[in-house]
Amino acid sequence: MATTTMAAALGSGLRRAMEDDPRVVLLGEDIGRLGGVFRVTDGLQRDFGADRVMDTPLAEAGIMGVAVGLAYRGFRPVVEIQFDGFVYPALDQMVTQVGRLHYRTGGTVRMPVTIRIPYGGGIGAVEHHSESPEAYFAHTPGLRVVSCATPQDAHTMIRQAIACDDPVVFFEPKRRYWVKGSVEDEVLDDALPLDRARVVVEGTDVTLVAYGPLVVTARDAALAAADDGLSIEVIDLRSLSPLDLDTVETSVRKTGRLVVTHEAQRSGGLGAEIAASITERCFSLLHAAPVRVTGFDVPYPPAKLEEHFLPDLDRLLDAVDQVMGRQHSLTGWSA
Amino acid sequence: MLRSDVSDGRALPTTEEPPDPELVQLLAPDGTRRADPVYDAWVEDVDAERLLSLYEDMVVARRFDVEAVALQRQGQLGLWPPLLGQEAAQIGSARALRPDDFVFTSYRENGVAYCRGAAPVDLVRVWRGNALAGWDPWAIGMATPQVMIGAQTLHATGYALGCAKDGVDSVAVAYFGDGATSKGDVHEAMVFASSFAAPVVFFCQNNQWAISEPVGLQSRHPLADRALGYGIPSVRVDGNDVLAVMAATRVALDRARRGEGPSFIEAVTYRMGPHTTSDDPTRYADPEVREQWAAQDPIVRVEQHLHTRGALSEDRAQEVKEHAEAFAMELRDATYGMTAPEPLTVFDHVLVQPSAELERQRSQYAAYLAMFEGTSGGDE
Ligand SMILES: Cc1ncc(C[n+]2csc(CCOP(=O)(O)OP(=O)(O)O)c2C)c(N)n1
Ligand SMILES: [Mg+2]
Repeated sequence: MATTTMAAALGSGLRRAMEDDPRVVLLGEDIGRLGGVFRVTDGLQRDFGADRVMDTPLAEAGIMGVAVGLAYRGFRPVVEIQFDGFVYPALDQMVTQVGRLHYRTGGTVRMPVTIRIPYGGGIGAVEHHSESPEAYFAHTPGLRVVSCATPQDAHTMIRQAIACDDPVVFFEPKRRYWVKGSVEDEVLDDALPLDRARVVVEGTDVTLVAYGPLVVTARDAALAAADDGLSIEVIDLRSLSPLDLDTVETSVRKTGRLVVTHEAQRSGGLGAEIAASITERCFSLLHAAPVRVTGFDVPYPPAKLEEHFLPDLDRLLDAVDQVMGRQHSLTGWSA
Repeated sequence: MLRSDVSDGRALPTTEEPPDPELVQLLAPDGTRRADPVYDAWVEDVDAERLLSLYEDMVVARRFDVEAVALQRQGQLGLWPPLLGQEAAQIGSARALRPDDFVFTSYRENGVAYCRGAAPVDLVRVWRGNALAGWDPWAIGMATPQVMIGAQTLHATGYALGCAKDGVDSVAVAYFGDGATSKGDVHEAMVFASSFAAPVVFFCQNNQWAISEPVGLQSRHPLADRALGYGIPSVRVDGNDVLAVMAATRVALDRARRGEGPSFIEAVTYRMGPHTTSDDPTRYADPEVREQWAAQDPIVRVEQHLHTRGALSEDRAQEVKEHAEAFAMELRDATYGMTAPEPLTVFDHVLVQPSAELERQRSQYAAYLAMFEGTSGGDE
C-alpha cells in the first residue's frame, strides 16, 4: 500500500496495463517526453519506447481514427485527449465509429479503445480547459463512460477500462489530480466491476449521488449535514454509462430523497436521466421531488466566475434542505 | 487606435487553370498498348491470360452492379450506389493486393469487395436494410464500408501503423472519392501516415462528382497534388485503364512493403450512373460529357486490345458472359431469399457485455411484442 496522487495512480495503472498486455499502446499529444501536460504518462515512453507511447500530430480526429484502425489490427489503444474541450474534434469518430463498430459488424469487430479525458473546472483555466462533456458520450450507445474520484479507483479503473473489450471514455477529474490517497495493486477480478457505483458514505435521510470531482464535495456535505443531525448516503456513481441504477434505487428506497450533482450543465444532463429513472422506479416511495445541483445552462464561464458556476458544499446543503422540506434558498428563511 | 496595413486594392493574381498533367496510361481507349518506361515493368507478368482474367472481373462487376440497380427498381433493395464506369479503377487496384493486406473503403467499392471474395449475399445485405455490415471483415481482409465520407482513411492509417508495429509487410489501402479529399479526416490521415511512414495506400477514385458537386468545387488543382503537401508521393492514373491502375497500385504497395511509407493514387474516371439509385443526374450532369467518357470505357478497351492480340475467342467471351450472368443471378436469388432479421436482434451487440438497462429495454419490448402474438394485427 502506497500513498500517491491520483495522477500518479493513473500513471501506475497505465504502466501495469502495458506490462500485462503488449498490445496496449498509448497515443496523444505531448504524452511522450513531456509525460503529458498533467504528467500522467511520465516515464512511460522512456520505459516502453516510442512505438508504444506515441506522441501524435496535433489532430484529435486523427488520433481517434487512427486508434480505430489500430483496434482493427488487434491493438488496445489508450488515447489521451489533452483537455476536455479538445475532445470535440474527435467527437465524430467517437460517435460514428468507436461506439458503433461492434454493433455495425454484428459483434465481429471489437473496439477496446480507452479514451482518457482530464475534465472539469475549478483550476482557474482559460476557455476550453474546464468542460464536462460526459453527457454527450453517455447519450451515445456503444460507449462506456466512467469517472474516478479517488487515487485507488483511478488506478484500478484505468486498468479495468483498458482490459475491457468495449470502448471506455475515462473522465479524470483534473482538479483532484493532486489529491493523495492510498493505492493498492488490486487484483482486477476482485475489484468492484467498472460498471458499478459505490456507496461511499452510508446514511438514511437523503441519497446524494455524485461522480468525479464532486465526490469529495459530496462527502464534505455529508459530514456537514451530520453536524446538523442529518444522515446522508453518498454514492460515487463511477459508471456514467451504463448507469448503476440498481445501487441508486436501493439507496433511495431507504431514504426516499434524492439529490444528484454534477459540474456539467443541467438540461439533458446525467442528473436528469438519474432523476427520471429513479422517479420511474420509486415514485411512490419518494418524500420529495429529486433535486439537481449542477452547472448552469451557460457555456463554461471565465475563471473569475467559475465559483458561481460550480456546485459547492453550500449548494449541496441547500438542495438537501430542499428535499428535507426545510427552509432553503427558494422558500427563503423566516425566523 | 487601429493599426492596419490593408492592401490598396490591386487585382487578385489570376490563376491560370493548370494544364491537366499527363495521366499514366498503358491501354489507350482504342485498345492500343502504350509503352511506358516506368510502369511497363510493373505489369510485365500480365500476359493475355491474366489480362483476360482482369477483364472477366470487370465484366462480372458491371453485370452484378446492373443487377443490383434492377433489384432496387423492383423494390428488393432500398438503395444501391452504382459503380458503372469505375470497373477498371476498382478491379485493377484490388487485384494487386495480397490476402493479408487490409482494405478500408467507402460504399461504392463493390468491385473491390468482389475481388476480396465477398459472396453475392454479402454485397446486398446492407442495401436491403437487413444489416449494417455485409461481410465478416476478417474473412476477406476488408473492413465494413464506410458511409461517413473520409472516415475510413484514418482507420486505414491506424491499421497500417499496426502492421508496422507487428513487423509484417502487409499494407492497408484506403479507398475514397474526390469529394472525400475535402474532408479533414483525409488530410489528418495523410499527416499521420506521412509522419509515421505508415504502410498505407491512399486510393482516390476521382469520378468527377460528389453527388451533384463537380470535382472543381473540391479542388482547383489536381487531387493528387494534395498529397505532395504532406510529402506523400502521388500519381494520376487513367482510372479507366485496368493495366495502368494495377501498375500504379503495385508501385505504391511495393513502396509501403519496403517501409517507405504512404502513396497517393488519383484514379481519374467517371461516374457513368447516378450517385445512387435515388439520384437524378439530369439535374446537373452534361450528357455530352458523359458521352465523351463513354468513349473511354474501361471494359471496351481491354476487349479491343484482347481482340487485336487474338486472345479473346468467341468461346472465351461467352464463358465470361456466363460467369457474370451466374454471379448476378446468385445475387438476385440471395436478395429474394433474404429473410428479415428477428425484431429482438435490434438489441444485439451494442456492448460486448450488455448493460442491465438495455437488457431491461429488451425484455420490456419482448413483453410488448408478446401481447400481439396470436392476434391478427401482428407481423406477417
Ligand atoms: C460526412 C458526410 N457528409 C455527407 C455525406 C452525404 N454524401 C454521401 S456520398 C456524398 C458524395 C461523396 O462523393 P465522393 O467522395 O466523390 O464519392 P463518390 O460518391 O463519388 O464515390 C455525400 C455528400 C456523407 N455520407 N458523409
Ligand atoms: Mg466522386
